[in-house]
Amino acid sequence: MFLNLFKYLNKKILFVILFITAPLINADWFALNMTRGITDISNEVFELHMLIFWICVAIGVLVFGVMFYSMYAHTREKNPVPATFDDNHKLEIAWTIIPFLILIAMAIPASKTLIKMYDDTAGDINIQVTGYQWKWQYRYLEDDVSFFSNLATDWDEINNLVPKGENYLQEVDEMVVIPTGKKVRFLITANDVIHSWWMPAFAIKQDAIPGFVNTAWTKVDVPGIYRGKCTELCGKNHGFMPIVVKVVEQDEYEEWVGIKKEEAQKLAELTTKEWTAEELVSRGQSVYEVNCVACHQTNGQGIAGIFPALVGSDIVLNNKERNIEILMEGVQGAAMNSFSYLSEVEIASVITYTRQSWGNDEKGDGEVVVPKDIVDYKEPKI
Amino acid sequence: MSAVIENHHDDHHHGPAKGITRWLYTTNHKDIGTLYLWFSFAMFLIGGAMAMVIRAELFSPGMQIVEPEFYNQMITLHGLIMIFGGVMPAFVGLANWLVPMMIGAPDMALPRMNNLSFWILPFAFFILLSSLFMEGGAPNFGWTFYAPLSTTYAPPSVTFFIFSVHIMGASSIMGSINVVVTIMNMRAPGVGLMKMPLFVWSWLITAYLLIAVMPVLAGAVTMMLMDIHFGTSFFNAAGGGDPVLFQHIFWFFGHPEVYIMILPAFGIVSHIIETFSRKPLFGYASMVWAMLSIAILSFVVWAHHMFTVGMPLAAEIFFMWATMLIAVPTGVKVFNWVATMFRGSITFETPMLFACAFVVLFTIGGLSGLMLAIVPADFQYHDTYFVVAHFHYVLVPGAIFSIMAAVYYWIPKWSGNMYDERLGKLHFWLSFIGVNVTFFPQHFIGLAGMPRRYPDYALQFADWNMVSSVGAFLFGFSQLLFLFIVVKTVIGGKKATDQVWEGAKGLEWTVASPAPYHTFSTPPKVD
Repeated sequence: MFLNLFKYLNKKILFVILFITAPLINADWFALNMTRGITDISNEVFELHMLIFWICVAIGVLVFGVMFYSMYAHTREKNPVPATFDDNHKLEIAWTIIPFLILIAMAIPASKTLIKMYDDTAGDINIQVTGYQWKWQYRYLEDDVSFFSNLATDWDEINNLVPKGENYLQEVDEMVVIPTGKKVRFLITANDVIHSWWMPAFAIKQDAIPGFVNTAWTKVDVPGIYRGKCTELCGKNHGFMPIVVKVVEQDEYEEWVGIKKEEAQKLAELTTKEWTAEELVSRGQSVYEVNCVACHQTNGQGIAGIFPALVGSDIVLNNKERNIEILMEGVQGAAMNSFSYLSEVEIASVITYTRQSWGNDEKGDGEVVVPKDIVDYKEPKI
Repeated sequence: MSAVIENHHDDHHHGPAKGITRWLYTTNHKDIGTLYLWFSFAMFLIGGAMAMVIRAELFSPGMQIVEPEFYNQMITLHGLIMIFGGVMPAFVGLANWLVPMMIGAPDMALPRMNNLSFWILPFAFFILLSSLFMEGGAPNFGWTFYAPLSTTYAPPSVTFFIFSVHIMGASSIMGSINVVVTIMNMRAPGVGLMKMPLFVWSWLITAYLLIAVMPVLAGAVTMMLMDIHFGTSFFNAAGGGDPVLFQHIFWFFGHPEVYIMILPAFGIVSHIIETFSRKPLFGYASMVWAMLSIAILSFVVWAHHMFTVGMPLAAEIFFMWATMLIAVPTGVKVFNWVATMFRGSITFETPMLFACAFVVLFTIGGLSGLMLAIVPADFQYHDTYFVVAHFHYVLVPGAIFSIMAAVYYWIPKWSGNMYDERLGKLHFWLSFIGVNVTFFPQHFIGLAGMPRRYPDYALQFADWNMVSSVGAFLFGFSQLLFLFIVVKTVIGGKKATDQVWEGAKGLEWTVASPAPYHTFSTPPKVD
């Protein structure tokens, strides 16, 4: 068989084979297996994976061994007169029962580990994780701390305009911080489409589904920075919403929570301050770049047919009330969601930015929206 | 009345009509089989071109060739076209050509419906492909089209996608009814159920699966249509609906669908291994029972595609155990093939090479499937390239290799000419190397942590993605050689004998090569 192959090889095919094997030689042979992770559960999962893997290898060696032996020894040249048997009841019973027993031997430890993973009792720390197109929000339920975590990799790196950094596509602007030695429970949901929160080092993967809350838990003893990804196709930027968890010692964690609370305090103060149009526009631009560009694009033109243009839009030009309403409530049946989770300052400034940019201020009324307008909108209407 | 019967009788002495109308109006199972096979080959090349775009983009990190938005359209269309346009019509084409000849029937039972079920397919795929040129682009939510990404958040072309899925479903249901009615009613005297060739058995079971699950798919897309245009909230949590319900319905269709794409392959490979081992097939009855068990089990394992949606513990454990159970009948089939080869008198013509590769590589895909059934480990595998590697091992060197094996095995009977053995073997080796270089490294990429459906990836996955892309280009371009071989065989070549293969058994080898336009107008005698 192989002799035949070589007969047909000409220079072109040799070139192809060389072309294939060249990257094989350079390949990173150490990154071939599942991560072992750093928790007891993730270690158990890794052991299960290796157990099943070696059982599969053993089955493969046995079956392919017999098959390759036949392919070698029972060719027409070596065995011109074929046997005529076409069944063997003992053999057939054996190869039905034995695999069955092997399967049970695999399924029992798997079920045991699964039961441990399914412990959904409350944690020492409970964090609500919400998937958005295309970012994650983390709310610490006990401490009233809440923030968004966005991809921090520059789009110029993605578009190959500048060299890629070490943590390309695996870095965020704000990491989730959890302490060592505590049971942390994640309550996972989504705001728009289905996402999935995967942290390989903890062996956690749970879908984030709008209208549902899934739970997962972990207890980590090793401080460090761990990286994960979204694993359910959620639209255009599915590949660009990574997860980064920073595990720190308890005292460092408490310090961090303190800082986050202070930040929240400062934000509340900002809401009541007097804003100038320039301040709002410059702040709004950064809000826009994080939350809006993915759909409406940097130039405000959107994408024809899916994401409407903000340039020259009648609402953006002349209808301040409706403009606020859309950001607060979203648009029913369209990809535009409510952004009411943003702060009053962020919403007011981003609306002002869109009303003052791309020539909109000349075509429309150019009215400024201040944080107070959003506070008023949120007041119960009688 | 008798005059009509006379006319009908006269038709049997006509050859095919001339020109384009032969193909438009034909009710002949051989013509329709040919149409299906050429159509599926065209779709295979289009879907393959999309795979080339995907692998070109993934050749190195960063966005090079396409935008993420278009990348999502490519993965969606690649999956839909390969499944509904490539593999399924190819198997229907083989059923059309072979089932009547294998059971000694003159034609399919419902020839006009046969014509209809083929001719609506090109329109379905025209509609689907035309969505590429619509505002907002083609469907971009993956071939599994999970709601609400495929409803509230979908591009406007989703409505055309739904319409085209409906047409494909109608075509499949009609095709399946035809197969069932033909097999149940038109077997020559003496061809009892347990004497039917295994390809016929595999298609009988496949046809029942299709009739059972295609309406479920139609239901799912209709519910999507209602959500999008008529204000319902089946899958919209904000309106009291349930996005997970979509996945349950989809996979209740989707899992039997997976076996629809592999059962006929089991039938084909059984024939080829038997022929080239020159030894009776080992365990015919257990082969039949294994296929039946697989088909029945396929209805109770669907949620193993959804282990991460947050099902209750009891459901996870049930679906894990049920899924693992499928390994038993599947194992029986593999063992039977190996036992058929054991102490045979084997030669390795091209169909046999493809069949042997099928057994090995399909088994690798089956074993990685077993790994995926283990729920705790699946939390790490789910939606990574490990899954991509798994199902491509089952579908490419599984389903598609079996189709290629079938073409090499039966084309002498269809065309009357032998294919070029040297070129056939070259095609096999290029495909075999290409497939493994493409998909084997994807196991590593997945285990190391690269999710599927990513247009761009972190730097540690770069090396193996490049290897995989090189393999994909090799595999892709090798298929042009396949096209060349088939065309060359149809045009001319060494004349085939009626028997064609020394060890071949079955009624199709008793008719002339090429098979006359009408065969078995009088039922053959079978002992």
